[in-house]
Amino acid sequence: MVSPSYYLTLSAILFGLGVIGFLFKRNIITLFMSIELMLNAVNLAFVTFSRQWGELSGQVYVFFVIIVAAAEAAVGLAIILLLARNRQTLNVERINLLKL
Amino acid sequence: MTLELVLFIVLAAVAIAGALSLILARHPIRSALSLIVVMVALAGLYLLQGADFIAAVQVIVYAGAIMVLFVFVIMLLNAGEEERTSWSRMARYAGLPLAIYLTVQFAWWVADGASALALPAAPAESEPTRRLAQLLFREFVLPFELTAILILVAILGTVVLGRRES
Repeated sequence: MVSPSYYLTLSAILFGLGVIGFLFKRNIITLFMSIELMLNAVNLAFVTFSRQWGELSGQVYVFFVIIVAAAEAAVGLAIILLLARNRQTLNVERINLLKL
Repeated sequence: MTLELVLFIVLAAVAIAGALSLILARHPIRSALSLIVVMVALAGLYLLQGADFIAAVQVIVYAGAIMVLFVFVIMLLNAGEEERTSWSRMARYAGLPLAIYLTVQFAWWVADGASALALPAAPAESEPTRRLAQLLFREFVLPFELTAILILVAILGTVVLGRRES
């Protein structure tokens, strides 16, 4: 059996890559995909702990995370469509209405 | 080396390569396809850990439905290559090294702390999906119903947002 620490390390690496993508990408859709990557990394940790402790409620949480991610993707992509329609750009540096 | 370890290493390498390609690709459609690769690799890892149902949901809902939505929006907006903007000096010389350091340090802490957790795993459930369904519709029935409301609100929000003001 593979030690759970391997899975958790993989989860941490994927989460860190998601953070890097979120901080350094400029396209708003790619930012959104980085968030999905972080959610996936957390799901992996949930499943790992679920197996480690023999407690299936961890998998139920993963199920809920997937549902919330689906809702988030639907609303977020609608907002991105509106942004693209109103400001003709997907570059987050040009979406700066709130900037002083 | 057991078969499980070999499978783990292959799937983990695919997942990390996909995540790197998500960050490095300049075209959003390439990022989306890399993310699908990561998700399928993670589904394989879930199967490896005996979470069959979650693996199926991962492929059907995540890699299927959600990512199709992403690809659809990218195609609809005809999103081109990411503009190259010059980073500030702060971002280039402090931000990037710090972000990479954070990732490595985070992975190190987890690997270090989790090795103390190397207890023998609890015995695997004989019928995990049946037990999962029982949990979902008994103990977690209230959160489950709440997610139905959440989905409904998300649908309403999408419709309201997508409506063109006349």
